Amino acid sequence: MIHVLVNNWQVFLSGFFNTVLCSILALFFSLVIGSGFAIMETFQNKFLSGFARAYIELFRNIPLLVITMFFYVVFPQYFFTISGFAAGTIGLTLYTSSFIAETVRAGIQSIDIGQMEGARSNGLTYWQAMKNIILPQAFVLVIPPLGNQFVNLIKNSSVLAFVAGFDLMYQGDSLASQTFDTINTYLVVGVLYLIITLPLSYYMKHLENKLS
Amino acid sequence: MSILAQAFSWINLRFLLEGLWVTIEVSLISIVLSFIIGLVFGIIRYSKIKFISGIVGFIIDIIRNLPLLLLFFFTYFALPQIGLRTSPMSASIIALVVFESAMLAEIVRSGILAVNKGQMEGARANGLTYWQAMRHIVIPQALFKMIPPIVSQFISLIKDTSLATVILLPELLYHAQIIYGQNTNYMLPMYLIIAVMYFVVCFALSVVAKKLEKRFG
Repeated sequence: MIHVLVNNWQVFLSGFFNTVLCSILALFFSLVIGSGFAIMETFQNKFLSGFARAYIELFRNIPLLVITMFFYVVFPQYFFTISGFAAGTIGLTLYTSSFIAETVRAGIQSIDIGQMEGARSNGLTYWQAMKNIILPQAFVLVIPPLGNQFVNLIKNSSVLAFVAGFDLMYQGDSLASQTFDTINTYLVVGVLYLIITLPLSYYMKHLENKLS
Repeated sequence: MSILAQAFSWINLRFLLEGLWVTIEVSLISIVLSFIIGLVFGIIRYSKIKFISGIVGFIIDIIRNLPLLLLFFFTYFALPQIGLRTSPMSASIIALVVFESAMLAEIVRSGILAVNKGQMEGARANGLTYWQAMRHIVIPQALFKMIPPIVSQFISLIKDTSLATVILLPELLYHAQIIYGQNTNYMLPMYLIIAVMYFVVCFALSVVAKKLEKRFG
């Protein structure tokens, strides 16, 4: 197993780098989009909250691979070609944002309604109260579940292998098909994924215990 | 319009539904097998048996933190290297069962943890052994608490089955790819219809999961 890693470390390193890069990009965008839809869902306006609900349900219930393949093969047919890395990152962002929205919404709704009422009666506008009172409290609560979503995101980033995204899985798979040493190559890939995901998920478990 | 009519011809739709059936069939077989294995490993991890619980727990954590796609590659491309030839169907089921039983073991463990401690203490005080109390008192109550998360897990299982297209399992996405492989104009209609099919199945199940959560949660 070690010799596979030593002989091909550049290949694994570039794959590892792409996996991390794509995960961080997708995490950033899905946090922004997901939090946006989570706040939108708490609106009084039926149309806006319904729209947010529809977005969340849509992307939660379609496989990530179908979303990603859509951007890789269907999108270029009608618009312009995008790289596998971009298609994968867009797919991951849309898919993960729906889960993050669900998590953040649960966080917002678990904040006592008196917090909003108190802030409003002290003269803050809805948005001021949201930004300064509700969201800071909600985000502390949702850090462990968000961390778990990030672990899922890193694991899910392996769909880039389907669209030639040059991530860890893709590099490992193409190496395996060149050398035919499938077992050892996949073991190295597995260990490299675990280096990121295992400490992260243990840390989130630790945080969860601390908070509860 | 004629492209749509051709793409959604009866033959194509039937072919897609056959794929959907394979998806559901593989998911059902996997969830049942995973539940049995997950129940055993979840109880072992909960019970804090010397060494064994620690090792089982660590293996569960490792599997849970690996991408499922890697397990598909492993069962289909790596196992033959040590002489174990697998068909796409059996390789998919093996990969899914390994992954999902680790997931379900955690659900089982948190289900047991959610049962009031007094139940076990009361049972022990009445003279039952640990395993008798587990079997007759704790597990039956924990099962109700596990039902909603297991349904949620089943939804992700159905979605994850699409990854098995990489090892040529004839499931829904793979059948769609065969159809649009014959005519690239069918790409958009095929992706739309399979998105609708996945959505209908998964959304219906998520409504059930929510109802169950209200009842048992």
